[in-house]
Amino acid sequence: MILDLQNINKSYGEGKLEVPVLFDISLQVEAGEYVAIMGPSGSGKSTLMNIIGCLDVPTSGTYILNGENIAGKTDAELSALRNRTIGFVFQNFNLLPRESALDNVALPMLYAGIHRRERIERARKALERVGLGDRIHFKPTQLSGGQKQRVAIARAMVMKPSLLLADEPTGALDTASGEQVMELFRQLNEEGVTIVMITHEQEIANHAHRQLLIRDGRLSDHKGGAPV
Amino acid sequence: MLENIRLSLKGIWSHKMRSFLTMLGIIIGIAAIIAIVSTIKGTNEQIKNNLIGSGTNTVTVQLYQNNYPADFSYSTPPEGVPTFDDSIKEKVLALDGVEQASFFHSRDYCDSLFYLNNSLSGSVYGVDSDYIASAGLQVTKGRGFSNADLTQSKNVCLIDETIADAFNGDDPIGAVLDVMGQPFTVIGVVSQKSQFEPVINSMQDYYTYNQSSNGKVYLPDQMWPVVFQYDEPQSVLIRAASTDDMTQAGKQTADLLNGYLTNVTMDGEEVQYQSKDLADEASQLQQLSSSTNTMLIGIASISLLVGGIGVMNIMLVSVTERTREIGLKKALGARRRTILGQFLTEAAMLSSIGGLLGTIAGIILARVISMIAAVPVAISTPAILVAVVFSMVVGIIFGLVPSVKAANLNPIDALRYE
Repeated sequence: MILDLQNINKSYGEGKLEVPVLFDISLQVEAGEYVAIMGPSGSGKSTLMNIIGCLDVPTSGTYILNGENIAGKTDAELSALRNRTIGFVFQNFNLLPRESALDNVALPMLYAGIHRRERIERARKALERVGLGDRIHFKPTQLSGGQKQRVAIARAMVMKPSLLLADEPTGALDTASGEQVMELFRQLNEEGVTIVMITHEQEIANHAHRQLLIRDGRLSDHKGGAPV
Repeated sequence: MLENIRLSLKGIWSHKMRSFLTMLGIIIGIAAIIAIVSTIKGTNEQIKNNLIGSGTNTVTVQLYQNNYPADFSYSTPPEGVPTFDDSIKEKVLALDGVEQASFFHSRDYCDSLFYLNNSLSGSVYGVDSDYIASAGLQVTKGRGFSNADLTQSKNVCLIDETIADAFNGDDPIGAVLDVMGQPFTVIGVVSQKSQFEPVINSMQDYYTYNQSSNGKVYLPDQMWPVVFQYDEPQSVLIRAASTDDMTQAGKQTADLLNGYLTNVTMDGEEVQYQSKDLADEASQLQQLSSSTNTMLIGIASISLLVGGIGVMNIMLVSVTERTREIGLKKALGARRRTILGQFLTEAAMLSSIGGLLGTIAGIILARVISMIAAVPVAISTPAILVAVVFSMVVGIIFGLVPSVKAANLNPIDALRYE
C-alpha cells in the first residue's frame, strides 16, 4: 500500500475561529492504482491534496506514505520525501519563467544532490519521454499550454517517484492538449506509477480506475456519471 | 552553491536597472572608502619615501632639558657629563642597528658668524674624523679635514653650500670666516651625498624635512673649547643600518649614554640624553593624517549602511515577487536551508558586485583626486579585498531578514499566492 490515510481531520485557525475542512477521512491507495478525486470548489479537495503531498500536516489522524508515518518528521525529512516519493503536477504548471525547459526539469535533481552532468542527461531524457526532445532549450514563455504541462510532467517524473499527484492537470488546457496529458498519465500508470488526480471534470476523471468524491470535507466512493 | 550563484546572477541580470540602483549605495560607500584609504596610503608612502630618500638614516642623540635640546649659548654647561672617548664610542657602535657613530659639539644658532662684514646665520659643529662620513656628507670643493687639522688645533673649517652661497660668487676656499671672534680658513665645501628633494605638501612637512636649510660650519672638535666653552657636553650622531632601525638605535644610544650621567642638572632642571629622528616624527605625522581620515571612513561607512538597507528592501520585494517560485521549489524538495541559501547568495552577490563596481569607481576617484589636488595616491590591495569582503558581509547581514522570511514561507500558502 502506498497511501494509507486513517481518520484524517484538518481544520484551520484556532479556538472559536477554528474552521474544520476535512472530516474523518480514510483512504487507502495500492501501488499502481489510478485514482481520481472529484469535488466542487470549497469541498476540501485541495487541502486533502496538500496533506497527501506532505505540504501540509493533518490536525489529527494518521498518514502513512510508502510505509512511513509522516507525523513528527522534520522539514528536511519532509523535503526529502517530497523530492523522492512524490511528483507534483499543478493546474497552472508552476514552471520557473526564466529557466529553460531543461533547467526546469533538472530542478528536483538539484535538491537531491545529483551531479550536474547527470541532471542534464536525465532531464533531457525525461523531456524526450514526453515528446519535447526538440524543445529542451525553450523558455516556458515560448511553449504552448500543453507543452508547458508536459514539461511539468517531465519534472514530476524525473526523480522516478512512486506517486504522481496532479491538481487539475487539464484545468488550463484545451481539449486536445488535455487528451495528450491524459494519454501520458495512462502510459505512466501502465509503467507502474501510482496516480492521484484531482479534477472537477467528469470526462477527465473517467480516465482513472477509481473515482472518489469529496463533498463538504467528507470522502465517498463515486461511481461516475453523476453530476458534480 | 555554484548553482545558487548562477541562479542569483541570472536574477540580478534580469532586473538590470533595479539591481544597479540597489547596488548604488554600496558602490558609493565602497568607492568613498577606497578613495580615502588610497589617499592615506599615498600620503604615508610619501612620508616614508621622504625619509628613505633623505638617505642618511641618521639620528642625533643629544642632551635635552625639559623636552628641548639643551642650549649652552647663555648657560653654564652642566657638571657631571663625562667626555665620551673612543671606548664609549665602541660601545655605541656595538649596539643593534648602529652602523656609524660620531661624537660632536654643536651650536644650532651661532650669534657671531661673519664673512668680512656680512653676518651669516648658521649652525656650528665641532666634529671628529668620522663625522662627515656618518652624516652622509661629501666634500664637493677643496679638501676635507686632514689628521693634522684635527689633532693640531688648526684654525680651519668646512662649510656647506648654504654658507658658500653667502660668499656672493667669491671663491670660498681660502676665505676666512669669523666664528665668535676667531678666524677660520675655509678648506672645503661639503654637501649631502644624496640630492633628494622631499615632497612638501604642508607646513608640517616643511618643518619636518627642512630643518637642514640653515647653513652649517664644521670646525675641528679640538677647537671647540677655544671658540666656545670648556666642558660642553657632547652629542652623538649615529647612522642606523636601515630606516626601520633608526628609532630603536637612537633610543638604545640615549639609554647607554644616560648610564654615565648621575643626576645632572642645568638651571635646576634635570638633563638627559634623548634621540630625535625623522622616523619618529614621521610616524607621528602619519598617525595624524590617518586619525583625520578614520573619521572620513566612518562617514563613508554610513553610506554602506544605507546601501545595506537598500539591499534588504529590494530582497524583501524579491521574496514577495517570487512567493510562488519559493512554494514550488519547496514542493519539489527544496529544504528551508536551500531557500535560505539561495536568497542569501543573491543578496551577497548583489552587494559584492556593488563592492567590485565601487572598487573600480574608487580607484578612478582616487586618481582624479590625485590629479586635481596633487595628493599622492597609492591603491592598496588589502583595502580592496577588505572592501569586497565587507560589502559581501553587508549583503549577507541585510539579506538575512528577507531570506529567513522566504525560507519560512509555508509551501501551500506560497503556491496559492497570486
